[in-house]
Amino acid sequence: MSLLANTAVLLGKELRTEFRSRELLTTTFVFILVVIVLFSFTFDPTSDESRRFAPGLLWLAFLFASSLMLQPCFLREQHNDTLSALRLSVSDPFAIFLAKLAANTFFLLFTELLLLPLFAVMYNVPVVPVLHWLVLVFFLASLGISIAGTALSAISAQARMRELLLPLLMLPLLTPILVASTEVTKGLFDRAPYVQWKGIGFLAVFDVVFLTALWLFGEYLLEE
Amino acid sequence: MTPPAFSPVGVRFENIDKRYGGLLALRGVTLSISPGECVVFAGRNGSGKTTLLRIAARLVRPSRGTVSFSGTSHEHQVNDVRPGFVAHATMVYDELSAEENLLLFARLQNVDKPQSRVNALLEDVGLADRRDSLVRTFSRGMRQRVAIARALLHEPAVLLLDEPATGLDPQGVTWLAEAIRRLRDSGRTILMSLHGESEISSLGTRAIRLDAGAIAADTRTGATFRTILTLADA
Repeated sequence: MSLLANTAVLLGKELRTEFRSRELLTTTFVFILVVIVLFSFTFDPTSDESRRFAPGLLWLAFLFASSLMLQPCFLREQHNDTLSALRLSVSDPFAIFLAKLAANTFFLLFTELLLLPLFAVMYNVPVVPVLHWLVLVFFLASLGISIAGTALSAISAQARMRELLLPLLMLPLLTPILVASTEVTKGLFDRAPYVQWKGIGFLAVFDVVFLTALWLFGEYLLEE
Repeated sequence: MTPPAFSPVGVRFENIDKRYGGLLALRGVTLSISPGECVVFAGRNGSGKTTLLRIAARLVRPSRGTVSFSGTSHEHQVNDVRPGFVAHATMVYDELSAEENLLLFARLQNVDKPQSRVNALLEDVGLADRRDSLVRTFSRGMRQRVAIARALLHEPAVLLLDEPATGLDPQGVTWLAEAIRRLRDSGRTILMSLHGESEISSLGTRAIRLDAGAIAADTRTGATFRTILTLADA
């Protein structure tokens, strides 16, 4: 109970500070927007080509944007050594991770859903009939990105080349998410949309495995 | 300060070693601190003061040895005692107000009636009229007041102060010395690391000099006490 109570309090803090500054949301939104717009110039949006390539571009944009968004996750806790204050205060350090990954998932999902209509217009893909499936894929993939990214952010924040280290660690590790979510999204954007359960199952298993690993070993990542 | 709601607790360091890669930061530190003592750790930069305090706070795991807390009436399990910790970093969020910061940490520590505890502490540290101001708008002295209020939220029996006067102006040091005096007089066990003699070091009832990670001197008497502080800063 105290794990959930601590997580709720910390999640409230994460949301409050972000909605006050809007630093992460604005950066992530603008980055994804720029990538989507730039790539749209290189395709003929009426062709089948865009239907084939758009899902991959979309998930690449999300993945690169998430590496930007996750960078300050633990870095800003070092500014005033607030991470030590959190470690001294919570009864279970996993609450710190849970709150951060929940906040990161929310920020990422929020930005993705905000940009989806624009993406649909620019790449001429019908999203409304498959919206509920898209939301599911976005959620599972964003959760996976946030779980792994939050853990790696805790590691990289203590390293010397921290700004470079996170993308270097994160992007290869998240390649399976990129492949699975792209495949599922491709199926949903097909002329005859279909749900690729194998991909959805893979995303769910990825989330469970990485969340369990974080629960088991997360405490060691916070140690000095 | 608000009347205490704790029983006095002592601290024992048993054969503590701490290694950072090839560097031995602490070497076989064994030390008993009685409940209610106010101990000043002195020593040059890198002598191991901060590491020792962070080990006592359980922020750093020792490479060897143990830290235990003991009361006058009964033995405490290590996890029962949550020391209050103040460092030169303020350990509060700049982008939250003083009240939001204190409420956040009060709720995380499951403090009973968090709002009234926060109100009382804001009064105690003289920040009641600035409760809604963001911490980033505060002076260094005001930030340190928030830091002290944060450390006292859960009425800790043990207080760890790691160079708490760093960056404070003379007025801030005087306020801090008075606050520490009241905390010492309330029966709390205080361990603080300091540089040289000051208003704050004179509050100590015991001085320990660390040199290259080991205890070089340990005294409770007046003349030697001052010598330890002076030597450590030389």
